[in-house]
Parts: sequence; structure tokens; C-alpha cells
Amino acid sequence: MSNIKYILGSFGDPDEMMHGIEKLQENNIKIHDVYTPMPIHGIEAKLGVKRSRLDIAAFFFGITGTLTMLTGVYLATVVDWPINIGGKTHFALPDFIPITFELTILFCAFGLVGSYYASTHLFPGRAPRVMDLRATNDRFIIAIDAKANAEHEKIDELLKGAGALEVKYNERKYVSYE
Amino acid sequence: MSGHNESILREPLITGKDITYAQITDDILLPVENKPNKAWWIGFILSLCGATLWVVAVSYTFWFGIGSWGLNKTVGWAWDITGFVWWVGIGHAGTLISAVLLLFRQNWRNSINRSAEAMTIFAVICAATYVVSHMGRPWLAYWVLPLPNQFGSLWVNFNSPLVWDMFAISTYFSVSLLFWYTGLLPDIATIRDRAVGMRKKVYTILSFGWTGSVKTWQRFEAVSLILAGISTPLVLSVHTIVSMDFATSVIPGWHTTIFPPYFVAGAIFSGFAMVLTLLLVARKVLGLENYITMFHIESMNKIIILTGSIVGVAYLTEFFIAWYSGSEYEQYAFINRSTGPYWWAYWMMMTCNVISPQLLWFKKIRTSIAATWILSIVVNIGMWFERFVIIVTSLHRDFLPSSWAMFYPTWVDVSVFVGSIGLFFTLFLLFLRVLPSIAIAEVKLLLKSASEQAKLELIKEGHLDKEQVQEYIESLEKFDSVKQEEYAKI
Repeated sequence: MSNIKYILGSFGDPDEMMHGIEKLQENNIKIHDVYTPMPIHGIEAKLGVKRSRLDIAAFFFGITGTLTMLTGVYLATVVDWPINIGGKTHFALPDFIPITFELTILFCAFGLVGSYYASTHLFPGRAPRVMDLRATNDRFIIAIDAKANAEHEKIDELLKGAGALEVKYNERKYVSYE
Repeated sequence: MSGHNESILREPLITGKDITYAQITDDILLPVENKPNKAWWIGFILSLCGATLWVVAVSYTFWFGIGSWGLNKTVGWAWDITGFVWWVGIGHAGTLISAVLLLFRQNWRNSINRSAEAMTIFAVICAATYVVSHMGRPWLAYWVLPLPNQFGSLWVNFNSPLVWDMFAISTYFSVSLLFWYTGLLPDIATIRDRAVGMRKKVYTILSFGWTGSVKTWQRFEAVSLILAGISTPLVLSVHTIVSMDFATSVIPGWHTTIFPPYFVAGAIFSGFAMVLTLLLVARKVLGLENYITMFHIESMNKIIILTGSIVGVAYLTEFFIAWYSGSEYEQYAFINRSTGPYWWAYWMMMTCNVISPQLLWFKKIRTSIAATWILSIVVNIGMWFERFVIIVTSLHRDFLPSSWAMFYPTWVDVSVFVGSIGLFFTLFLLFLRVLPSIAIAEVKLLLKSASEQAKLELIKEGHLDKEQVQEYIESLEKFDSVKQEEYAKI
């Protein structure tokens, strides 16, 4: 058996690439992943990527912010150091709405983006796992695991039939590694 | 999806012939991947002089204290807070473009959001430096944070709008930075995959390992939408809270309930003016005419007329309510504003913010680059005067005529302000050199549906309504980046 690890179908047009995905799926060829220079709408349904749950996480991060501020202000103004301001109530809720709102947004944004970075493994200095360097420029890449799908000629034919400009046989998984 | 055809009645968002995905990358990365031209160096050196002046003036303030400013017992707040509010206001357009226009699915935001967001961040930096330098003892700036401390745990005053402002500005800055940087990741990856050597190493670290796989993009879009959803109320809250610095006081001229919407409209007004001031130049110097088109310029001008008119109505309402309230202090504050010793500032504000933007009702002016650029600067001058008028004229004649005074800025006041403009431009010019000034991935999304070439293709296919095609071709006449002779034949 050859040393080919991944077969990459390189398309110049997103619609042709979508067509390529359909063709491969009709022939029961499993797609490893797809790399594109821009978001492609409708692709996640085709590839069975589940709906993101980041919105639910964002809600709970936001609520945490709300509660943190209300608790913090309560502890500061009622428990720790109550100040009598013209006989008014210590916990003057309307005054604390702007800051509570701000902390809700702050927690929500940082929690959301933090979860996004964690779940998709993005962090400063991470070695990029790039299969084709043009995938961030002008090519739409379908990657197929060559070991799991033995019919290389058929894959080649299907990809080219769908409009692939070139089909690459990579012996290394990631070309970005030195 | 990208294959959908857009209505021919919509004006194109990308002009030019034979634009490909690779062409978009090349065009936008041109200033990042090449040595800067002469125009950039001239701009950069001038801005750097300004930034140096800023360093000198701020250091002088730190060393000698705020006694070096022109403040006096009556006017205890003047040039510094004017500059602060002006900068924060300018910062509003970036978030408005990136968040509010995203929620409204305004695709024209795609080519201006990146630089507008960068502008927001730099403007808020300029604003924040005023906050720190007016403190007198800036090394104790962290005292505004509610930190446990050794003074028997004395807390900040959570009832004070100044404390709310600290929360608002710092949240605004950090959330804008997150939004901007997350959006930048795919574009930094584009630079990374084209670079070699040291540049590649640096952009590899900055790109966080972005690959553009399906799941990353899907999550990316979800994150952008949620961030837009939370940034929209955030941007409205920030200037609302800034206006509360004044509105919650009992000073005639400040103590009005109209302030929050009035300030927010003014902020958007000045923000868009600054976006135009910068982008009209950047578009020319960086050769981005095909991506920032006349449609973008005209749309921004329309927002300027709308918000400028809201501001105009607010000025008149304030005046009317002062009379209608029957409160003589309130009435005097406004009579004094328009006819007192600062009448020239008041009428400067009225002319620049209310009268001159009305010229934009004329299509000729709205679609003229030179006129738009001049008007955008006029608006920014006007908005500076608005803050000066609100702040100084309300303070300089207080309840005791014996303490009435005038405010005269010192060289330090002027230098901090002029210097902050230099600092802003320095940061913006550096940004143009190291990061893509247009969101590459987002512009690519428009290529197949909203570009001039895609629409021309549709016209050539000939299945479209003739009247609609005619209307579309007429709408292209104002575009400076469209070759009109192409359409003469059709």
C-alpha cells in the first residue's frame, strides 16, 4: 500500500465543492473535513455537524455576571459597609442596573469567546494544522482519509467530475509542519 | 448560500471586472505584504509628531498635576471631559457597523467593519487616557475598581455615574477587542499561509492555529451573531452612561432626561463621520475603490443625515423644554448658551451639526467624495463643540454671579487634545500596515452574489425585467469605480 495519507480535492468555487461533497456522499465515501477561506452556509447540515451549543453557554455566562454583580454590590453596600445616604435604602437597585448590565455583557462575551477558543482548540501559538496552504486564500478543500477509503481512482474521478481544479495526494497529514 | 442570485435592484458591493477570490486576497493584503508608499510615510511621520506631543503633554500633566490645565474653581471640568466624550462618541460607529448592521443583515458592512472596529478600539484608548490623566494621581487609577483593600475595605461608590462609566468603558473596550480579534483570526491565517520566515512565525502565533475547517467556521458564525446581539445593547448603554455623568447632576443644562438618546445619536453621528474621514483617504491610498464603493459612502452619508437630524431635534427640544419648564435657571442656561460669551461655540455647533449635514439631502453632494470628506470633518468639529458647549457653558455661570468665570485652555490642554489625534492616527496607520484593513473572508462571501460582475453576468443572460435592469444601470452612474462604457452597449 502507498504512503498516501490524505486525498485533497481542491475546488475554485464553493458551489462546485458542495456538488463534490454530494457526489462523494452518494458513493459512501467518508469526508474527513472541509477547509474553506470563508463560511459556507448549509455545509454543516450536509456533513452532519451538530448545532452549536455556544448560545446556551453564553446565556449561563451572562447570568453568572448578573448574579456576581448583584451579590458583590449587596455585600459591599449592605453587609460590609452600609452608608446612610439621606435615609435611603442601602440596596438601591435602580442605581445598580447599569453596572449589573455591563458585567452581564462582560461575562457573557468572555465566557462565550473563551468556550469557542477552547472547543475549537484556538489559542496563541498553536501550531496550525493546515492540509493545503491555499485553503485560507482561494481554494475550497475537501479532505478524504486515504487509508479508510481505498478506491483512490474513483475518488479522483468523482472529485474531478464535480469540478475540482486539482486532486492532491498528501503523504503528510499537515503541510504546515516543518 | 453563495449560489443564490441577488435582486438586480440592489447596487453592487464589489465593483470591477474579473475579480476572483485570489484577487480579493491580493488586493486587500497589498499594504500588509509590501513596503509602505510615500503617502503612508508622510502620514505616519506627521501622526508620530502628534503622538510625541501627546506624550510630552500627558507627562507634563502627570509631573505638575492638573493645575497645568486651564481649569478654575467655577469651571472644574472642561477640555478633558470634552475630549473624552468626543473620543468615546467616535468609537461608537465601529460597534454599530459590526454589530447592529450584522443583526439587520446589511451586507455592505462587510467591507468597512474591520477598519471601523479598529477605529473604535483606538478611539477608546484615546478616551481612556483622558480618564487616567485627569485623576491627578494617575498611579492610583486602580482605585476606581471595587477591589478589596486595607482601608477597612472601603468600597467605591456604586451609586456614582462615574463608577458606572468605568464599568461601561472598560466592558466596551474589552468586548470590542474580543469581537475584533475573533473576526481577525481567519484573515491573519490568510497572511500566515502566504508568508515565509519570521513573518510566518509571528502570524502563526497571532492566528491561534486557525485552519478554516467546517466546525470552526460554523462556531465562528454562531459566536459572531451572539457577540453582535450583546454588543448592540452594549453600544447603546455606553453613551447612555456617559450622558448620565451629566444628566444625574443638578446643574441647569445638564439635568435633562433627553440626554441618553441625544448622546447616543450624536455618538453614531460623529463615529460615522470619522469612519468616512479615514476610509475616503484609505480607499484612495490603498487602492480599495472596488471594495469600498460609492454605495458604501452614500449609505454612510444617509446615516449621517438621519443621526444629524436627530441631534438637531434634540437641540431644539432642549431649548423648548427649558422655556416650557418655567425654571428660570434652566432658561438662563440656554439663553446664555446661545447669546452669552460662548455664543460663537454654540452657533459653531449648530452650523456644523445641524445645518451643514442637511446638504447631504442632495444626491450630488452625497455621492461626491470631496464634499463628503469635507463635511465629515465639519461634523467632527461640530461634535467637539457640542460637548464643549454642554460642559463649559453649563458650568461657567453658576448660581452665584460673583463666581462667574470664563475657561481658557493652556498649551497643555491643547497639546493633550491635538496629541491624542496624533496618537489615534499613528495607531490607525500601523494597523493598516500589519493587519488586513478589510475583512477578507467576509468580502469573499459577497463575490458570487453581490458583485458587479455577477450582476453583469445576470444581465447578459437576459432573463431579467428590462425596467429593473435600466434602473440598476442608472444607479451605477454615481460609482467612480465602474467603467460606464461597459453598460452603454446594453
